[in-house]
Amino acid sequence: MTSLSPCETSKEIREPRPTKYGRFRRWPHQSTFTLRRFLRAGLSLFTFHLSLLFAAPAVAQIKIGAVSCISGPLSTFGVSSIRGARMAIEEVNAKGGVLGQSIDLVVDDNGSKAGETARIARKFLSQDHVVAILGDLTSSATMEAAPLAQEAHVPLLTPTATAIAVTKVGDYIFRSCFTDPFTGRIMARFAIEHLHARRGVILIDVKQDYSIGVSAELGSFYRQEGGQVLQEFSFSSGDTDFRAQLSSLKSLQPEVVFVPAYYTEAALILREARQLGVKAPFVGGEGWDSPSLISVAGKTAEGSYYTNHFSPDDPEPLVQTFVRAYKTKYGTAPDALSALWYDGAGLLADAIRRAGSTEPAKIRDALATTKNFPGVTGNISVDERRNASKPVVVVTIANGQVKMVERVEP
Amino acid sequence: MSRARTILGIFLLFLFLFALTGERPFASHLAYYYDILINIGINVILAVSLNLVNGYTGQFSLGHAGFMAVGAYAAGSWSEHLSPGLVNFLAGSNGVLTFVLQPFPFLQPFAFPTAVADNLALIVATMFGGLLAALAGLAVGIPSLRLRGDYLAIVTLGFGEIIRTLILNIDFLGAARGMSVTGRYTNMFWTFGFAAVAIYVVLGLVNSTYGRGFLTVRDDEVAAEAMGINTTKYKVIAFVVGAFFAGTAGSLFAHYAGFLTPEGFNFFKSVDVVVMVILGGMGSTTGVILAAALLTILPEVLRALAHTDFVPAAQKAIEGVIPIHLPPLQGLLENRLILYSLLLIIMMLTRPQGLFGDLAGSRKRVTSSASK
Repeated sequence: MTSLSPCETSKEIREPRPTKYGRFRRWPHQSTFTLRRFLRAGLSLFTFHLSLLFAAPAVAQIKIGAVSCISGPLSTFGVSSIRGARMAIEEVNAKGGVLGQSIDLVVDDNGSKAGETARIARKFLSQDHVVAILGDLTSSATMEAAPLAQEAHVPLLTPTATAIAVTKVGDYIFRSCFTDPFTGRIMARFAIEHLHARRGVILIDVKQDYSIGVSAELGSFYRQEGGQVLQEFSFSSGDTDFRAQLSSLKSLQPEVVFVPAYYTEAALILREARQLGVKAPFVGGEGWDSPSLISVAGKTAEGSYYTNHFSPDDPEPLVQTFVRAYKTKYGTAPDALSALWYDGAGLLADAIRRAGSTEPAKIRDALATTKNFPGVTGNISVDERRNASKPVVVVTIANGQVKMVERVEP
Repeated sequence: MSRARTILGIFLLFLFLFALTGERPFASHLAYYYDILINIGINVILAVSLNLVNGYTGQFSLGHAGFMAVGAYAAGSWSEHLSPGLVNFLAGSNGVLTFVLQPFPFLQPFAFPTAVADNLALIVATMFGGLLAALAGLAVGIPSLRLRGDYLAIVTLGFGEIIRTLILNIDFLGAARGMSVTGRYTNMFWTFGFAAVAIYVVLGLVNSTYGRGFLTVRDDEVAAEAMGINTTKYKVIAFVVGAFFAGTAGSLFAHYAGFLTPEGFNFFKSVDVVVMVILGGMGSTTGVILAAALLTILPEVLRALAHTDFVPAAQKAIEGVIPIHLPPLQGLLENRLILYSLLLIIMMLTRPQGLFGDLAGSRKRVTSSASK
């Protein structure tokens, strides 16, 4: 404000004043409007506003920090996730918030870069004083933040990081999705109970942790339930020709083929298998969940099954309300990531309500004793290893559409 | 040389100041600002070392993240797998040092407390990481530095990708799962200490009689060769020194973040460092340091702006005075990397010669300084 002296207004300058400098009509340096002076005045106004801004008293709000990859290579996932989380918190606030206060979701972007999530976690803990952290999306980013949250004794809940190591960091780290071995168990149980198939083969992508993690538990659980694993075939991400594996697979005449892999390879496997005349149904995991599976495999994908976190055509009223609200807000149908983050944020808000306090330690205790939280991805309970135990949706592909088959309780 | 001393003096002052701030300031309420400062330190090391290759020697390298990855993973696995036994053997409660000092109780204070052991572990790991990265620099440099310009850029880019893919396939280093580094030893002191060393070495090299060779290689390679300068040797030296400091930066990062993933050292990381060098002015150490600091702070400032009500309020005020409808600026701020890129373009358009330009002597030619 200092640079705005009173004689700078044009009216005063034009009128000669009876001062001791009166014989000068104007000061040369105060003469007229100059760009420099305009900018200087603007700058001082800017800083003045800024100071008002920082001096403003804080409104009593409960802060939850949410971190995801909103920009960078993983941004499609990150944007979906934050949309889900925002919607959940807006709904909670519309109903009056929790403990008589509204929740402020502090959203930060890690730009899909290494090291950023750690910085954001430090910001959440030291600047924003959040009561809990929601995130991150990937396991590796979550691993940066988890030790910091554990040290600060602030609960961290990741809705999507599936690596086992994450929740092993400490007793303040939670997960609201299921882990890879759990997917394997559901696939095995579905094959036995629904398809009545007791002779199976497994195709494993040896380059993906996800595939290895799922198939290890899948094989042992399938045998335990009375199934027989005829053979395990392996391939690597990026392969395009699976004829060698599929020909010998065909000669074994399996009743079911498990393909716990990502959609790129799964689609090619389906196509080549049907061309070779393999008739057995194929069962995959949530790695299959992509529109490009159906567009690449086309008709050959018909009659295959895969497990997923969530299905938009689940008749459950809770899911249908969510899908409708999401469509009106964002214009697209929600994907599994939005649903998972919607549930994660809702679960945190619910834990604060149940804790009856905004103390992080009490929220932790409330999270650890979560029983049957009604989420759109199913009723969530938290087990003693702080992982979620929740139902899995099994879907099938019929007429080029994904249809829900059943909801498998844990 | 006097400029080098001034900069060194400033960094020593920093060093001294932060040595006073105590052992682990990372749990305090200033943790976020310490985080930014540490990242500035790491980025200064990366940018200054790349400046030796890209700026002073005029070789366009795009593989700096690769060298950083070598240093980070080497130092990380050193601390995780190799050193705990060694440190315990030397300085543990039943270690050699305790045993040696046992008969002399008055010397007990000199036995390593944990804090000292942590610092020692960091130095050793960082030197190990730096040396391995330097070796990688030598291995890549000798065959590839016979190439020039675009070809060299492609070779170094390929090297960075090879390193990343190699790590993805080595189970010992955690492959795609990533690697945890439990000892988070990095502190302000050593980050800025290594930054000071990097600046001193680079400036010392370039400003020495011997180091004038780097500048001649940049200014005119054919003339340099005609004058009897072994250009390949100079290029390899620049490459190896650059790689060494990239490795130390990697080690500091590994012991700070506590978690390494191959995706953290991809092509974009290399480009980030190259941008710092170009913005700072190729061959201006002062400018590059400033650019490294600026480009680390800028995204955080934009992050802070995105969280305040200032921008929507300002937008409302502007739209109140001038009857126009601006697009939602807050939305733009949430995608702050768009704004960041925009600011980069503006900076490059207004200061194509670097932040300091001629002032810092980035355009100083050997010929002009020799004729004085």
